[in-house]
Amino acid sequence: METLEITKEEIKQEPKNATNVTGSVALLEILLAEKVKTIFGYPGGAIMPIYDALYDYRDKLEHILVRHEQGSIHAAQGFARTSGEVGIVFATSGPGATNLVTGLADAMIDSTPLVCITGQVFAHLLGTDAFQETDVVNITTPVTKWNYQITDATEIPSVLAKAFYIARSGRPGPVLIDITKNAQIQKFDFEGYVPCNHIRSYRPKPIVRPEYLEAAAKLINEAKKPFVIFGQGVILGEAEKEFKAFIEKSGIPAAWTILGLSALSTDHPLNVGMLGMHGNYGPNVLTNECDVLIAVGMRFDDRVTGRLDKYAKQAKIIHLDIDPSEIDKNVKSTVPVWGDCKETLPMLTKLVDKKTHPEWLARFEDLKQKETETCFNKDLRPTSDTLSMGEVINLLNELTDGNAVIVSDVGQHQMVACRYAKFNQTRSNVTSGGLGTMGFGLPAAIGAKFGAPDRDVVAIIGDGGFQMTLQELGTIMQNDVNVKIIILNNEFLGMVRQWQELFNERRYSFTDIQSPDFVALAASYRIAGQRVSERDKLKDSLKQMLEHKGAYLLEVMVGKEHNVFPMVPQGCSVSEIRLS
Amino acid sequence: MSTQQIDTSINSLLPTGKQEYTITVYTENQIGILNRISIIFSRRKINIHNLNTSPSEVPGIHRFNIVIEETDEVLKKLVRQIEKQVDVLKAYYNTNDEIIWQEMALYKVPTDAIAEKAKVERLLHQFGARAVAIRKDYTVFETTGHREETDKLIEALEPYGLIEFVRSARVAIIKDSSGFHSKVKEFEKRQPSEEVIENEFLDKQEEVFTM
Repeated sequence: METLEITKEEIKQEPKNATNVTGSVALLEILLAEKVKTIFGYPGGAIMPIYDALYDYRDKLEHILVRHEQGSIHAAQGFARTSGEVGIVFATSGPGATNLVTGLADAMIDSTPLVCITGQVFAHLLGTDAFQETDVVNITTPVTKWNYQITDATEIPSVLAKAFYIARSGRPGPVLIDITKNAQIQKFDFEGYVPCNHIRSYRPKPIVRPEYLEAAAKLINEAKKPFVIFGQGVILGEAEKEFKAFIEKSGIPAAWTILGLSALSTDHPLNVGMLGMHGNYGPNVLTNECDVLIAVGMRFDDRVTGRLDKYAKQAKIIHLDIDPSEIDKNVKSTVPVWGDCKETLPMLTKLVDKKTHPEWLARFEDLKQKETETCFNKDLRPTSDTLSMGEVINLLNELTDGNAVIVSDVGQHQMVACRYAKFNQTRSNVTSGGLGTMGFGLPAAIGAKFGAPDRDVVAIIGDGGFQMTLQELGTIMQNDVNVKIIILNNEFLGMVRQWQELFNERRYSFTDIQSPDFVALAASYRIAGQRVSERDKLKDSLKQMLEHKGAYLLEVMVGKEHNVFPMVPQGCSVSEIRLS
Repeated sequence: MSTQQIDTSINSLLPTGKQEYTITVYTENQIGILNRISIIFSRRKINIHNLNTSPSEVPGIHRFNIVIEETDEVLKKLVRQIEKQVDVLKAYYNTNDEIIWQEMALYKVPTDAIAEKAKVERLLHQFGARAVAIRKDYTVFETTGHREETDKLIEALEPYGLIEFVRSARVAIIKDSSGFHSKVKEFEKRQPSEEVIENEFLDKQEEVFTM
């Protein structure tokens, strides 16, 4: 009797993770210790023990059942992008795991922190072509920051600790942990979880070298026409304030890559717009006129630079990046500044002179005027019979006042959304930048809503991309996810069609895509919606969408053959940007 | 190799300045690290001429020697990509005149040929070959040296019936490295390496099922 009572006491004092638990229970305890609240996943044979354990954790861990594993990983990406936390994915072995590959590649190139847990066949079956066995670790090696296969439950605590640390530290990225079924059911002495904060072979942050900052400050202080271009590094480094302080003191105009968008509010007087292929006219043209180009947390993607041998050749280049392999990868820097921009930007701000550059800023204003005449007016206040994508975004800005999270898919609508959406706060623009993954938008919007539950989340998706992952309407239905979906339907795979029009003599090879009745489709998932094609009804329909309680799908019929301009044609220099 | 040289001279647009480089990488002893490193080359369609990976003098740390032919510009980027891998401690790259290197080769020749022909014996002597196994029907010789030297001996032995030949990858020491050994040792002493955990269940079917 007495002993029994003592045991009860012990159970009360010690959490159940003190000893002898299964690998699955240990995994879930670790997720709790890492303050994970939401998991996006899909069960299957090889991950069943983890799902069985999860049944007892339903009150502590929210699991969102998606309709396809690709949906789970894009949702986790959306979650990570709006919340700044690590996105968690569960998937089974074989097809479950291979369905994650696109999302991993997307997260890798866009530096999104994820920890993906995949089930794997029993360790003794590895290499036997067992049912749903696939060599996930090797398949995902090029698209993960780190991956590891666990075959013994005792490895779970230390490997998971490393996984979280690697995913979120330095330049973030996706990590995949493959756990064999035997390790999930194996019992072991789990002595609690110790988070990892150091790996001897891994330097998440390079050491900041002040002499380079001094050299950079000297260049900036001597510059007549300095120009800042910034990317997602500012957001990932949580250095939005530091960045703002830097440009405000130095008075330097700043333009963004599409992943840097929302790090600086879009109506800031020094925010001169978007870079790259469909970016704004001024920033592209003046890239080839500035005398000092300061790149902050961006990687000179070819869609930003256009033709490299004609890119900013006249300028001295200062490149701030946390990842040493990005320095001099595409564009040779005059002064490299290795380091976390949260650290380096304040150091640089201290060293630069307080200045303004009114004449130089006026150059941007002049070119903006030119873009207004040729593009903005046509896009935002069109007089054509058909609706334009731009006017939809313009009205949306009016109604949300730039407070919404905008998730976009890939294509023309993405470029229009990024060009015209208004943003007042950071972590508000979620899009697939580096990989350009069509089908990203809908699932990412689901995750974005879980990552920012108090904010309006509006997904802007094309008719093509929507059909790639529309099964996730089921996820929205089952979990009552309050996302607003705008389909900008031009009845074409618009971006490819635009290229075919401009460069392939209008040979519209397989870009004419038919769609189902999207509104009826949403209705079958018990999601409200409507279709609009008239200008006088557009604003009201957007209002209705935003005011609706719960998810809503608004299909906007837009002009079939509208083009996105300005455009830097492939193989051209940024200064050869075309306005029409 | 020779075709590449001709190509460069004909087409001036091709990147010039390619040469042989030896990349030295210190890594954790982890399953999969070989793949992580090798795909950095294959992704860019770069051929690895030879590769040696073996435990370094310090247990738990492995050393890779990778030989490729590329330009200095490409090498810089490759080495940064290698160093970026979580399980890589350090990577260096050097041109041939910055290193001391050796390749080992084994030659299997019919014992008759050596016993009967004094010329063969002289030849082996001249190349500094050492007999490592002498059997009734064949003898195995070993030489250590640069590629050209082993190539020459193959050529010389060919007429006498070379049965089998193999050569190792390059092992290289960097000339101006001062004290890697003590550095690596100190590093390992401060932060000991983790144990490699291999799959122990491959032949334990029933045990796994009753786990």
